[in-house]
Amino acid sequence: MAARRAAVPAPDLAPGQAPDAAPETAPDATLRHPAGCGELFRIFNRLALQGFGGVLPVAHRELVERTRWLSPQQFVELLTLGQVLPGPNIINMAIVLGDRFFGWRGALAACAGLLLAPLFIVLGLAIAYQQLADNPAVAGALRGMGAVAAGLIAATAVKLAPTLRDNPLGLPTGAAVGLAAFVLVGLLRWPMVWVVLGLGGLGTALAWRRIRLAETLEGRQR
Amino acid sequence: MNGLGWAELAGLWGHFMLLSVLAVGGAITTAPDMQRYLVGQHGWMTDAQFTAGVAIAQAAPGPNILFVAVMGWHVAGVAGVLATMAGILGPSSLLAFAVGRYGRRRADAIGLRAFTAGFAPLTLGLLLSTGWVLTAPVRAEWAAVLLVLGTVVMSVRTRVSPMWLIAAGAVVGALAL
Repeated sequence: MAARRAAVPAPDLAPGQAPDAAPETAPDATLRHPAGCGELFRIFNRLALQGFGGVLPVAHRELVERTRWLSPQQFVELLTLGQVLPGPNIINMAIVLGDRFFGWRGALAACAGLLLAPLFIVLGLAIAYQQLADNPAVAGALRGMGAVAAGLIAATAVKLAPTLRDNPLGLPTGAAVGLAAFVLVGLLRWPMVWVVLGLGGLGTALAWRRIRLAETLEGRQR
Repeated sequence: MNGLGWAELAGLWGHFMLLSVLAVGGAITTAPDMQRYLVGQHGWMTDAQFTAGVAIAQAAPGPNILFVAVMGWHVAGVAGVLATMAGILGPSSLLAFAVGRYGRRRADAIGLRAFTAGFAPLTLGLLLSTGWVLTAPVRAEWAAVLLVLGTVVMSVRTRVSPMWLIAAGAVVGALAL
């Protein structure tokens, strides 16, 4: 989709750049390069295993503060890119960053680091749940955890709602589009593909018009 | 488990590839459609199993996307994990790879801004839909409804870690649900 025209400026690290050349060419002299794909795997594995209920806060600490692979500015740019693209932000970030350091091998190493160990932990828990699902206390605990999971995800929407005020669409239009998405997908259970293409396309077209309009008005005032 | 034929596995893979491209607000926004497909359309799992899968993935460390692996496991074991994970990660990862390498050359600021602005309200609606769909197994029980509302309030008003809220949910659930 529109991700094709992503305009987010990327950190000045060429793909496959030699690690020992880093100190001279890095924009910030204090930034480091990983020594190899093994280190990429290890660091991404470490940050994934610390990430309970979301990996992004840990990612900032590991990639910016501890390893200094990225400056804070580069991290924000990478995060923006990860958010604009479809799919999980953190995986998209790992792919782009891994590729910048060591090409496709780096992208694979970073991704594997993020996913492999947590995958086995999650599947272990799923198997344990299957064995114990008949136990009323376990079934009850899982129902309680499910209720909390539902609340956490709904709370994310509540926390993000104020950002609609600064959206070029304006609060009334934004709220209407969001509400329409909830009714169609959540309540009426329409297939998501039509709702996303329809409402997303409509939202993008409206936003495009309003941004254009605002820019022309600004131009006239000058 | 392992009860799916090749055609059904291919269908599963294909549907998750479609969702991968649609997951503009993150993979969790596609959960309502996964539920519609896995529970409603095919009957491969129950509402309770679906919500438990998301809860298990949230309680474990790692990217939230792994709830997709739990769905695959419930539906068809290892083959299901491979089909769902390859589907949900494949297209979006290839796109990220391509944009990371070549995206800078196609700078078009207004298009990008219109796209992110236009999709933002949609993401909010889909997050609400996900929350609503996940409450399906417990909607009739007042204790669970209180738990959902309490979680929303705690999460919005305080900085308490989601891990503690999920732990509290497990205790309340074991005693009262």
